[in-house]
Amino acid sequence: MSEAIASVMLVTGSLLAFIAAVGLIRFHDVFSRMQAASKPATLGILLTLGGAALVIDRATAVAKLTLVIVLQFLTGPIGAHLIGRAVYRAGAEMELESGIDELAEYLASTEDEVRGV
Amino acid sequence: MITVATNISWFLLSAAALICVTRLLRARTVANRIVALDLLLVILVSALAVYTAQTGDPSFLNVLVVVALLGFIGTALVAAFIERKGT
Repeated sequence: MSEAIASVMLVTGSLLAFIAAVGLIRFHDVFSRMQAASKPATLGILLTLGGAALVIDRATAVAKLTLVIVLQFLTGPIGAHLIGRAVYRAGAEMELESGIDELAEYLASTEDEVRGV
Repeated sequence: MITVATNISWFLLSAAALICVTRLLRARTVANRIVALDLLLVILVSALAVYTAQTGDPSFLNVLVVVALLGFIGTALVAAFIERKGT
């Protein structure tokens, strides 16, 4: 039974990684690519590592897999945020067909006070 | 059951890694490259997990921990570089 659950988790996790890669070529600016790459990939890591933890039945191995899942959930969003902030400050172009740039409106309304932070 | 699942996983992960490498080579800015590289590391972690599930051999799990940590450090470093030097 646990093997069946593990199989489903492994395939679903790999499918999410594949979807993230497809998002990488389908989107057109850095910001949407970044969110396409980071969000499904984090869930995909949770599923594949959880599937591996179900198959392998040693306490140390399961502990290591859990450690990697926790690390990924801590560092994944932070890394994506760092890249997004750096790219925005470096002045990358944003494709505005599918959304709005609220930060630019805010920065324009407060002049240069927050821009140099 | 688990063999079929790991084979499907290998196929999907290989396709994803191939797409990532293509993006990595064809991207025009450093930011696009680091996004692709980040996803490539995530795919590597998933692939090591699939290998562990397929063989039951836990010797690559230490590599898994190191890759997960080093990936974050690399991303943070390149983010700092982009912030100073521009995309």
